[in-house]
Amino acid sequence: MTHPILEVENLSKTYTNAHRDLTVLSEISFQLFEGEKFSIVGSSGSGKTTLLGLCAGLDNPSTGSVKLNGINFNGLDEDQRASVRNENVGFVFQNFQLLPTLTALENVMVPLELRGESKANKRALDLLDRVGLADRHDHYPTQLSGGEQQRISIARAFSNRPKILFADEPTGNLDEETSNKIEELIFTLNKELGTTLVMVTHDLELAKKTDRILRLKGGKIIDEQNLKAIINEQ
Amino acid sequence: MSSKSKLSTGWYFKMAWRDARKSKGRLLLFISSITLGIAALVAINSFSSNLKEDINGQSKELLGADLELSSNDSIFNYAFLDTLSYSVSYENSFASMIYFPKNQESRLVDIRSLGGEFPYYGKIETEPIAAESTFRDGNKKALVDQSVMIQYDVNVGDTIRIGLVDFIVEGALLSTPSQSLGATLVAPAVYIPMKFQAETGLVQKGSRVNYSRFYKFDDLPEDFDIDARIRKDRDSLRLQSIRTETVAERREETGDTFDDLADFLNLVAFVALLLGCVGVASAVYIYMKEKIKTVAILRCMGAKGIDAFLIFLIQMSTVGFLGSLIGALIGVFVQRVLPVIFQNFLPVDVSLSISWPAIFGGVLTGLIISVLFALAPLLSVRKASPLITLRSNESNISLSKDRALWTVYIAIFIFIVSFAFVQIGDLKDSLYFTLAVIIAFAFLGFVAKVFMWLVRKYFPHNASYVWRQGLANLYRPNNQTLVLIASIGLGTALITTLYFIQTLLINQVEITTDDDRPNLMVFDIQTYQKDDVAALARENDLPVLQQVPVVTMRIESINGLTLEKVVNDSTLEMRTSPFRREWRVTYRDSLIESETLAKGSLTEPDSIQQSQEYSFVSIEDDYARRNNMELGDTIVWNVQGFPISTILGSTREIDWERLQTNFLALFPTGVLEQAPQFHVLITRVPDKETGALFQREVVKRFPSVSVIDVGLILDTLDDILDKIAFVIRFMALFSISTGLLVLISSVILSKFQRIRESVLLRTMGGSKKQILLINGLEYFCLGSMASLSGILLAMAGSWGLAFYSFDSTFVPSPIPIIVVFISITTITILIGLANSRSILSKPPLEVLRNEI
Repeated sequence: MTHPILEVENLSKTYTNAHRDLTVLSEISFQLFEGEKFSIVGSSGSGKTTLLGLCAGLDNPSTGSVKLNGINFNGLDEDQRASVRNENVGFVFQNFQLLPTLTALENVMVPLELRGESKANKRALDLLDRVGLADRHDHYPTQLSGGEQQRISIARAFSNRPKILFADEPTGNLDEETSNKIEELIFTLNKELGTTLVMVTHDLELAKKTDRILRLKGGKIIDEQNLKAIINEQ
Repeated sequence: MSSKSKLSTGWYFKMAWRDARKSKGRLLLFISSITLGIAALVAINSFSSNLKEDINGQSKELLGADLELSSNDSIFNYAFLDTLSYSVSYENSFASMIYFPKNQESRLVDIRSLGGEFPYYGKIETEPIAAESTFRDGNKKALVDQSVMIQYDVNVGDTIRIGLVDFIVEGALLSTPSQSLGATLVAPAVYIPMKFQAETGLVQKGSRVNYSRFYKFDDLPEDFDIDARIRKDRDSLRLQSIRTETVAERREETGDTFDDLADFLNLVAFVALLLGCVGVASAVYIYMKEKIKTVAILRCMGAKGIDAFLIFLIQMSTVGFLGSLIGALIGVFVQRVLPVIFQNFLPVDVSLSISWPAIFGGVLTGLIISVLFALAPLLSVRKASPLITLRSNESNISLSKDRALWTVYIAIFIFIVSFAFVQIGDLKDSLYFTLAVIIAFAFLGFVAKVFMWLVRKYFPHNASYVWRQGLANLYRPNNQTLVLIASIGLGTALITTLYFIQTLLINQVEITTDDDRPNLMVFDIQTYQKDDVAALARENDLPVLQQVPVVTMRIESINGLTLEKVVNDSTLEMRTSPFRREWRVTYRDSLIESETLAKGSLTEPDSIQQSQEYSFVSIEDDYARRNNMELGDTIVWNVQGFPISTILGSTREIDWERLQTNFLALFPTGVLEQAPQFHVLITRVPDKETGALFQREVVKRFPSVSVIDVGLILDTLDDILDKIAFVIRFMALFSISTGLLVLISSVILSKFQRIRESVLLRTMGGSKKQILLINGLEYFCLGSMASLSGILLAMAGSWGLAFYSFDSTFVPSPIPIIVVFISITTITILIGLANSRSILSKPPLEVLRNEI
């Protein structure tokens, strides 16, 4: 854990709406190192998803900066940021966000194809096998259950061997049993591939499975717990 | 950070295909929008191309000879021809009445007395076929225009009387070289052998006869250019008032006429295509709105804006190409129908070969249209934020400051202007056309915005849920108000304009048959017959509405300049046509109803001193202006050899549309009374029977007098207009069908906007009736606003066309307007509800799963 994979410095986000400024994130700073598991918790409207979007380069901050794998998003245009994401980032969304017109296999292949990889098909099939859905590779998202869709989404997220995985409420739309399976899958793959994990969640039990927890309220950090350090101390 | 793409072209195609697989239905609608327009374009261009080739290939048959010389004098000579070896035929044509003893009726026809073997190329088509040659066997036989034979129930073998001679009808005349549809309108042709012309007693000194000679040259060197030779001798031919027509000239004239026809047809196809463009733009707009989320996901995974853009551009281009290809195929089939549709207007037999340039041009046009009109909505893809994956409210993309969008708009503008220019051939008209389309769009956009604003402003908050929901759908996010009002409105406008103009043209003709206007004209009355003919009219209880003398003359000189001087002095800016014209003038001291004084004074010109030697003459204002004739000009006329000097004292404006004896030149009384002249009598017959009875008596008692029955001409014209209207309607079918397809596709595509809401309402317990009522109300509002706006546009457009192009007044009739309004609104509601029903008849979850 020598190299910071994500560096967030004095990050703020303000929306101007109807002649009124609304600050949704204020002065957020933290660093994440390779292989760390990090969760962001807080009530609705606390700024969790906004922070995730800014960390992944999906949005521009009002002030402050985000460096991902040493690359500062500030100053990059949308296409350059897309390129950074393709090289370094995987996503798992609460509502899965699979491409509805593509089969399960094709959905997993897309990030690989975008990188220009030649053996996309084989790797995608391997990953589908890894998430237990190899036999459903030619099914469209609408033909799959929510849990199955999220497994496809996880396979897709890991397909480009990301350095960092962003997960936005990955179990938010699933029942408890399926949630457990999804959690297990994310953590297992994360460990196997040495990926850094940034997860937004309401679920404190799930958050406790990560190394560090960042609590947000009203767009500000109210608390950061380093569970790993605590455990190590204990 | 490099943003260079690592993606291969193949991947873009693969992604385009993957995405298209589940959207086949919607893409089919996209295809359908352009298919019919392209079909019309390919069919018309293929047909025109074949026609052009056939006109070129059969150009000698169009004239029937190598050269035609004609004159109003029976004796004329073109010295150059004496150096050549040739065969010659003679044709003298003049208007006369023929009498049908079988049913005692008579009719004005164009008698063509023929001597020689004409036509040398092609043939006079007759029924029976052999009649073309057997009528020349030396006996008193005639070929009579088929329409006349049908009209007067005349059969082969029956007798007709021309002047003093009875002829046996040898055959029905189907077509002749050089015969045009318009020429048969007033006086259909009747051929008789020339040797009996004198016996008829119809051609006398002063008779108006056109003397034609048709030449076929023997052993003319291949490189000999007869046109060049004629050009060289033009001045001397003009001096003798000899008119010439060569094969090349006839080919060009015929080609020009049919180029005009092709231009008109292409414009109709263009209207269909424009409607298709609206369909394409609205289809892609709605389609891309749904695809924004897909793009956002791709962008999260690292796809660049241009990658996503290219995927959909390939998809749209491919679909556009396929649509154009299907359109071209349909066009090839339609091409086979066109010769049947146009059979009454074609000068040559049209072949049915495939025109690859037309097909290629059609497909290319379709491709350009698909891409151009898809581009504007497609451009939004580049700006889709990946943040949409986290927050769906980020999906509104504003492109108003995007340079690429404005470039696309400019490209669309240039395309429409260029395409219209290719069809119309006039840049100013093309710009007007394009501006009209833009104004129409702007108007419809304005109506949509105002409508949304009004609904929101005066929203009935206390109305029932169904009303509130239905009305709110008109302005809520994802509303389809702008797209549907623009596409349905423009479609309605184009189709309705076409209908209005067609009606206007037909009405313009019918007006002349109304009220108490004159409808029978007796002419070629000699002075000694004048009173007897008038008495005959009165005996038959017919009013003598007008009785005017007509004197035939030529212009000898204008301001001292003769034709010879004008021809020989190229520095003179004077046209030769006033000298070459055979003037038919009348004399009186007052203006008639159809005339208004434009300049000067009829009897006492202000600026000109009255002189004893000069009489005052009045010329039609427009004609005087075109020929640079000004008040005070001295004009010397040649009246059967006697010179009469005049001064141009006034100019008059004439309403030529009125059936009256209107004259370009008007003399005062006291000058021409003793000149050789004939008279015209105008009357009004109350019905066809009385008209026929009067004509019969006129012909019986005065064989050399001719009668024009306007009712008869209008009947024939009606018949021709029916044929033209059929062609217009056939071509309009493409526009109307495309309009309907665009309407259907717009409404079907808009279903996807409402599908989730309908399913949610259904899930929450909304009854089928409630949802149908909500959707029905929304589509009623959209359909009625769109059709109303379209009708308003059509009325404005038709008024403009009537005023500027047809010099007429547009008076909209309420019934067609009501019919169009009800039809378009009903179709919109029905299609909208048909879509809703498909959602309502299935379980909500199944609908959501299938409709992605």
